[in-house]
Amino acid sequence: MNSNINTLKFFAYSYLLFLYSPVLLLPIFAFNDSTIISFPLNSFTFKWFAGLTEETYLQESLKNSLFVAISTSILSTCLGILASRASARYKFFGKKSILSFLILPLFLPEIIIGVALLVVLMQLGLPLSLWTVILGHTLVCTPFSIAILNSAFANMDMSLEEASLDLGETRFGTFKRVILPMVLPGLISSLLIAFTISLDEFIIAFFLTGTETTLPVYIWGQLRFPAKLPGVMALGFIMLLLSLVLLSLFEYFRRRMNRILEDQSNVQFDNLFKT
Amino acid sequence: MTEKLKIDSIKNIVELDGVEKHFGGIAALDGVSAQIREGEFFSLLGPSGCGKTTLLRLIAGFEQPTKGNIAIDGFQMHGVEANERPTNMVFQSYAIFPHLNVEENVGYGLKRLNLGKDETARRVNEMLKLVDLENYNKRPAHALSGGQRQRVALARSLIMKPKVLLLDEPLSSLDKNLREQMQVELRHLQRTVGITFILVTHDQEEALTMSDRIAVMFEGKIVQIASPQELYSRPKSKRVASFIGVMNFIEGQLLKDGGQVTTVDVGILGNVNVNPDQIPIPLNPGPVIISIRPEMLTLLFEDRDSTEYEISGVILESTYYGDMTYYNVQINGLKSPLTISMRNTAGRRVLGDGESARVGWGAESLVILKNSEV
Repeated sequence: MNSNINTLKFFAYSYLLFLYSPVLLLPIFAFNDSTIISFPLNSFTFKWFAGLTEETYLQESLKNSLFVAISTSILSTCLGILASRASARYKFFGKKSILSFLILPLFLPEIIIGVALLVVLMQLGLPLSLWTVILGHTLVCTPFSIAILNSAFANMDMSLEEASLDLGETRFGTFKRVILPMVLPGLISSLLIAFTISLDEFIIAFFLTGTETTLPVYIWGQLRFPAKLPGVMALGFIMLLLSLVLLSLFEYFRRRMNRILEDQSNVQFDNLFKT
Repeated sequence: MTEKLKIDSIKNIVELDGVEKHFGGIAALDGVSAQIREGEFFSLLGPSGCGKTTLLRLIAGFEQPTKGNIAIDGFQMHGVEANERPTNMVFQSYAIFPHLNVEENVGYGLKRLNLGKDETARRVNEMLKLVDLENYNKRPAHALSGGQRQRVALARSLIMKPKVLLLDEPLSSLDKNLREQMQVELRHLQRTVGITFILVTHDQEEALTMSDRIAVMFEGKIVQIASPQELYSRPKSKRVASFIGVMNFIEGQLLKDGGQVTTVDVGILGNVNVNPDQIPIPLNPGPVIISIRPEMLTLLFEDRDSTEYEISGVILESTYYGDMTYYNVQINGLKSPLTISMRNTAGRRVLGDGESARVGWGAESLVILKNSEV
C-alpha cells in the first residue's frame, strides 16, 4: 500500500519535472553570460535583457503583439457577451447547435484555421495585415470568452433584472447597474484569457501576418541567428512571467465571479431548503 | 346614507377585465376579471400552477396579456413597461442585488429621481426605520438573514411610494415562527402605509389572517372573491370549501325551494330547514352536497349535553394537537367518517379510538353546495 503511494508520488514528481524543466532553462540561460546555450554556465549577467531595449524590430513586434492581443481580447469578449446573454435569456430555434458551432474552433487544429482563413482572405483579395491576425485570433479566443461568460450570465437570477426594471430603471440602466457589475469579474477574466492566448499564439499569426509581425513570429525568425539566442531566452523569460501574472489574475477573477454567483445560488438553495 | 357615501368613495385601484394569458397555446389565465380597491390587502390564493403568479406579473408589467385589459389607477396599462407602472414588487427570492449593501439596495429606485444625497439618505433611513432595520445601512447583501432580506425587499419597494405593492409568496421561504411573526408585521405595515397590497400565496392560513379580501383561483380562473370570514363560512363550491380549511361533505337532497326557508334532506340526519344565505349559489331541487366545518360539530361528553340535532357514531381515530383534538368519527349510516375538532378545555378528556360518541350539530352551520362538482 505504502510503496504504491510512493510509486505514484514518484510518477507525479517526475511528470512535473519533465513538464517544467525546459521552462526552467529559460531563466538560467537568460542570465548566463555566454552566446552558446549549453552547460557549464558562465557568470551572471543582465546584458541580454539590456540588449533587448536596443532591438527596434523587437520593440516594433512587441507593439504589434500588444495591439493584436488587446483588440482580440476586446472583440472576443464583446462577442462572448452577446452570445452568452442570448443563450441565457432567449429561447430560439437551433440554440444548442449554434452554441456548439461557436465553441468548435476550440477543438480545431490551429493550422487548419490558419490555412483556411488564408485561402478565404486570398480569394476575397484582402491584403494580409495585423487586422487579419486579429480576425484569426478572435475566432480562436471567442470560444474561451463564451465558455467563461456563459456561466456568469446563465447563473444570474432573472428576478434581479426584473427587480431593477420594477424600481423604475430602464433596460440600459439595468444592464449598467445590475448586470454589468455582476458579470464584471467574468468579463475581466475573459479579457485576460483572450489577451494571453493571443499574445503567444504563433501558427495563425504566422499564416495571416503581413509585413508587420507579432512577437512570437519575430522570435521564430530570430532562431536562425545563434547569436540572438540568449536574447530570445531573455525575452521568453519576460513573456513567461507576464503570462503567469495574467493567468493568476484570470484565476483570481474567475474565483471571485464564482463566489458572487455561488452566494446567490446558496440563497436560492436556502430558500428551497426552508420551504 | 353614510353607508352609501362610503361605498361611493371606494375607488378601484386595479381593474382586471377579461384578462387572458397563453403560453404556447396553453392558457395560464382564462378570462380573469376583478376589481381591487384602493388601500385594501388583497390576496390571490390558489394551488401552484393556478395562474396567480402570472396574474401578478401581468399587473407588474413583466408579461403582457394575450387578451383583456388591465387598468391601474384609472389608466390602461396596455404597452406600458414595468418601469413606467405605479407598481412595485417583492419577489419570492427577494432579488436583493448581491453587489450592493442594504442602503444601496433600498435607495436603488431613488437614483433616477435625482433627489440629491441628503434627501435620498433621509428617505432610506426613514424606510429602514419602518421595516425595523435601523443601522443596517452598510450591511452587505450576503450578510443578511432570510427575514432581513425580506425587510430590505419591502423597504426597497415601499420607498418608491407605489400605488400598488405586489408580493409574490413573500413568506414561503421563512421558517414557521418567523412566518407567523411576519404575517402580523406585514398586515400592520400595510395599515401603516395605507398602500394597496396584492399578495400571491398558496397558504390559506396566510391569506385568511392577512387579507381584507381573497380571490381564490383554480386553473386560470377566479372562482370566488370574498372576505376571509365569508370565504370560510360560505364557500361557493365544494372545491373552494375543501381548499380553505377542512370541510365535511355529506350527500343529500334539496327538497323544496321555499324562498325564505328551504328544506333539505340530509340523509340519515333527517330533514332540516335552512336559510337562503346557507345556499351561496341558488340551486334547484335535487341532489346536493351538504357541508359542515369540523368545529361546527360537537362531541357530547355528558348525558345532560344536548344540541339541536344529535347523531351517534364510533371514534375511529383521535389526533391530539395540544389546544385541539381532531376526531375521525364513523357515523352510523354514513359512508365516510366525519372530522370533528374539539377544543381541549379544562376537565374535558380526550376520547380514545373505538369509543362510542354522540355528535351534536345545528342546522344553521350547514352550507348547501352544488353536487356536480368534484
